[in-house]
Amino acid sequence: MRLSRRTLLATPALGLLPRAASAAGPLKVAFVYVSPIGDAGWTFQHELGRRAVDAALGDAVKTSFVENVEEGADAERVIRKLATDGNDLIFTTSFGYMNPTLKVAQQFPKLKFEHATGYKRAANLATYSARFYEGRFATGVLAGRMTKSAIMGYVAAFPIPEVLQGINAFTLGARSVNPKVQVKVVWTSSWFDPGKERAAADTLIAGGADILTHHTDSTAVAQAGEEKGVFTIAYNSDQSKYGPKTCLTAVTHNWNDYYIGRVKAVMAGTWTSGDVWGGFKQGMTKLAPYNAAVPEAVRKEVDGQIAVLAAGTAKPFQGPVNDQAGKVKIPAGHALSDKDIADMKWFVEGVQGKI
Amino acid sequence: MHNPGLAMCLALLVATLRAATPLILAGIGELVTEKSGVLNLGVEGMMLVGAVTGFAATVTTGNPFLGILAAMAAGALMAGAFAFLTLTLLANQVATGLALTIFGVGFSALAGAPFQSHPIPGLATLLFPDLATASPLLQQLLLIDPLVILAVASPVLVHLFLARTRPGLILRATGESHEVAHAFGYKVIRIRLLATLFGGAMAGLGGAYLSLAYTPMWTENMVAGRGWIALALVVFSTWKPFWLVLGALLFGFVTIAGFQAESWGIELAPNLVATLPYLATILVLVLISRDKVRLTLNAPAALGKPFHPAG
Repeated sequence: MRLSRRTLLATPALGLLPRAASAAGPLKVAFVYVSPIGDAGWTFQHELGRRAVDAALGDAVKTSFVENVEEGADAERVIRKLATDGNDLIFTTSFGYMNPTLKVAQQFPKLKFEHATGYKRAANLATYSARFYEGRFATGVLAGRMTKSAIMGYVAAFPIPEVLQGINAFTLGARSVNPKVQVKVVWTSSWFDPGKERAAADTLIAGGADILTHHTDSTAVAQAGEEKGVFTIAYNSDQSKYGPKTCLTAVTHNWNDYYIGRVKAVMAGTWTSGDVWGGFKQGMTKLAPYNAAVPEAVRKEVDGQIAVLAAGTAKPFQGPVNDQAGKVKIPAGHALSDKDIADMKWFVEGVQGKI
Repeated sequence: MHNPGLAMCLALLVATLRAATPLILAGIGELVTEKSGVLNLGVEGMMLVGAVTGFAATVTTGNPFLGILAAMAAGALMAGAFAFLTLTLLANQVATGLALTIFGVGFSALAGAPFQSHPIPGLATLLFPDLATASPLLQQLLLIDPLVILAVASPVLVHLFLARTRPGLILRATGESHEVAHAFGYKVIRIRLLATLFGGAMAGLGGAYLSLAYTPMWTENMVAGRGWIALALVVFSTWKPFWLVLGALLFGFVTIAGFQAESWGIELAPNLVATLPYLATILVLVLISRDKVRLTLNAPAALGKPFHPAG
């Protein structure tokens, strides 16, 4: 566990943030990570959020983290330890922490807990997640404009709703500008295995895909594209250094504003439990800077698409949408409800793969 | 040169070879170690340390061949520590091997932290800078780098050594019965030390293949269980180098063929695709080695047993 060293960043705005909690001293905020921080990926993005809290609130907070915590019994022990250590707010950042977080939250009713990507809530346990699929839709538009072969490859880990939302949104985005696009899905059955991700990417390239994207945790796909001269769209974090010539952009998670806002809410005594599912509008999903290979006109078009999604005037899962068999799944004039999106277990037309 | 069908078959073949290479390298090393009577379960850890050392040395010196040598030295060093604990101090081999893996996972993560964000060109790209612009067929051929060739050649060399040379015979004899070998005046500890060091160097080489050629980068835990698969292959192949290679190629082929089938649009349940490499490999190796007499003949009888000259 490492503690903040940003004590020099004490802000004059401190006085504007009255503490509701009686304890004097800084608000203690802890984060639980499922994997090592590394320099890219899911956990790295949460760590960026923690650092943003430090930078924004300086001396008023004291943040800490525990990385590489196994989901399950280990997690409960770590979360309980953080609770007894006097933390006021604890973020647990992986789906598998849901039950342990709930259990500890019930034992410490005065502390505040926040669990990412889960659905179990309590008076002192809020949940939050991001609509990554909005970013997928926007990069689909980008890919649809950049492809020549109209064949795209998608290296995916497991057929769960979160992954399927991404594949479907990407395909819908691509087909909105190029109806001939086919997206080939290859499953690695592992969140993190660079070797397998690499082999899957190589196979897709050999199969004619000229744009690759992935829903796995390593940088292997971006590197495969760079080596073979094939465009890629990365996930989780900006991976441009792994694909300086070919990585077009990345769908990134961005928790900075959310974390700062929630910490401030605890300080002000306005924190309440609930569920936040934010997208472009809340800044929770963003695109990494475009590669020089992306023409100006395409950048404008994708930026326009992002603006529309942020405004909410158009949604990725808006009818008419057909399923893989060509049958109408979402009729014209309708959009999928959040519940239907969260439970997604089907592929749209244009996806080649099986769930 | 632009026949897409041929290019596709070649791609499948080359991808299979590449996927099997780390398994063959580490597996062949472990096979020699076990043939001398030492069971080293630290393959995964030695591969990880080899991967990080090879990568760090390559980034620091700019020479991948120095990196490969460093990886082999690092693997051998790990194996040397194992040999000291189990052969000299007579520690339990299973427990020590497991500890070696746990140590390797942690140490490689620690040592590799500063090297996380250094993408490097792969071995193939380094040797053939025009790789990305070559024709698809040539591109595939160029991916067969020196380490892949070494992996294909190593079982032949190891088989010849074990079956056709006198030192090979002595090594096997040590693995069968250290008392007898000792009675004949052979230095059991020294022979086992050398075999263990060879196993470590080969595991390090397998790790270096992953971090320098297969996915040219370092990330924590990038070996992702391949050390354990190599260990299993040694047993399932009944300690026969060619069957081990067959098992590794089969494992690689079924993995790649699963991806290929998905990319061709053949509808397979993803869970089945993930299970098939294990199922197919175990099934085939169990079937070809079900002859009980040959199995007992091939298994080193003194495997994992401690040896003390006075005892």
